[in-house]
Amino acid sequence: MTKIELTVDGSKVSDDVEPRMLLVQFLREKLGKTGTLIGCDTSNCGACTVHLDGHAVKSCNMLAVQADGSEVTTIEGLADTYDGGELHPMQAAFHECHALQCGFCTPGMIMRSVDLLGENPDPSEQEIREGLEGNLCRCTGYHNIVRAVQTAAAAGKGAQA
Amino acid sequence: MIPAAFDYAAPATVEEALALLAEHGDDAKIIAGGQSLLPVLRLRLNAPEFVIDLGKIDRLRGVREDGDALVIGAMTTHSAVANDPLVAQHAALISKAVATVADAQVRNRGTFGGALAHADPAGDVGAPALALGAEFVIAGQGGATRTVDAADFFVDLFETAIGEDELLTEIRVPKHTGWGAHYEKFVRIAQQWSIVAVAAAVKAEGGTISEARVALTNMGSTPLRATAVEQALQGKPATEDAIREAVGAVADGTNPPTDLNGDADYRKHLAQVLTRRAVLTAAGG
Repeated sequence: MTKIELTVDGSKVSDDVEPRMLLVQFLREKLGKTGTLIGCDTSNCGACTVHLDGHAVKSCNMLAVQADGSEVTTIEGLADTYDGGELHPMQAAFHECHALQCGFCTPGMIMRSVDLLGENPDPSEQEIREGLEGNLCRCTGYHNIVRAVQTAAAAGKGAQA
Repeated sequence: MIPAAFDYAAPATVEEALALLAEHGDDAKIIAGGQSLLPVLRLRLNAPEFVIDLGKIDRLRGVREDGDALVIGAMTTHSAVANDPLVAQHAALISKAVATVADAQVRNRGTFGGALAHADPAGDVGAPALALGAEFVIAGQGGATRTVDAADFFVDLFETAIGEDELLTEIRVPKHTGWGAHYEKFVRIAQQWSIVAVAAAVKAEGGTISEARVALTNMGSTPLRATAVEQALQGKPATEDAIREAVGAVADGTNPPTDLNGDADYRKHLAQVLTRRAVLTAAGG
């Protein structure tokens, strides 16, 4: 077992974990944060995307021990990073634009979209599509997801994460 | 899918990491960003008994200038390299190539040195490093350090000049300030490995190519430098017809793979087309 200390959704967490435990397992099984999903289990689909020190990473493709000393934000803590209401503006935009059908890709899609606007607050449609390259949606055909990111960008609030 | 159990250490210095490597030998595996290693461990294609994490060694991260060279720390992430202003100014070919690696999340974790040491022939970091004549700084036991030229670094499929008890610490890239650069990558779906890609850096003056550097991704078991094409381009006008003629033999002597994405002959054809596009774009055409 290896001792790790990190911050998850604003709370300090300290635990002993097996070195082989994946970050996504740690979040779901140890902390009960099941908002972060395991989709493909092969690092392709992006459903497990969280923020590590402010940037999107695939939590199924890193070890929990690699997150020692870091700050992790999951979909469950995203709204708390923004002091304007119950939902983060990106969550609100996904809601407004109905940017989902089954919803399985949504947590990862939202976490990556927030990071995308952090890097580029005013992306073109093409830049949004390419910027979401690491997140797969099998329902929507992406159109409403792109609209949601455009809506959040237009609101000028999406970068505040 | 969960990796087989292993013991783990995250040393704070290169010296400690080297001591762990010496102690555990064959049973140990280095993890940098882990974006290639973790899928391998999870599929249990490899099951090391000991994993040495370089993530806590701060001095392996970052980009600095050293005279005529840029020095890129092996643990610098692809994102950090792609967004680094020094790299953009002095080695734009590397900025452009690393920006095409996998997807944004993977680039936020994956490292430049880790990808070079992994030496996947379809990876996008080898060809630009080879084209620009990078040097690889390798730390060994007892404080030893040696420098290996790009031409000698890539040995075979997933095999480099790094010894079992050694670590890649830095990549020194000769400055190519003012050179045009382009990385032309051919893929059919998102976040795919290169089917073929071409890295080109061109120094053009008054519409004439004075010098060119060209290297190929996934046209053999290692990245390949296209020296004959580089020579053929020298002194040629930076026009599509002239470049087409000069790069016509780019696939000669290559040994590309045949797989579901295409056979070897298709890749040889791609190499010609992509080299023409890469050189033309790099030359400002």
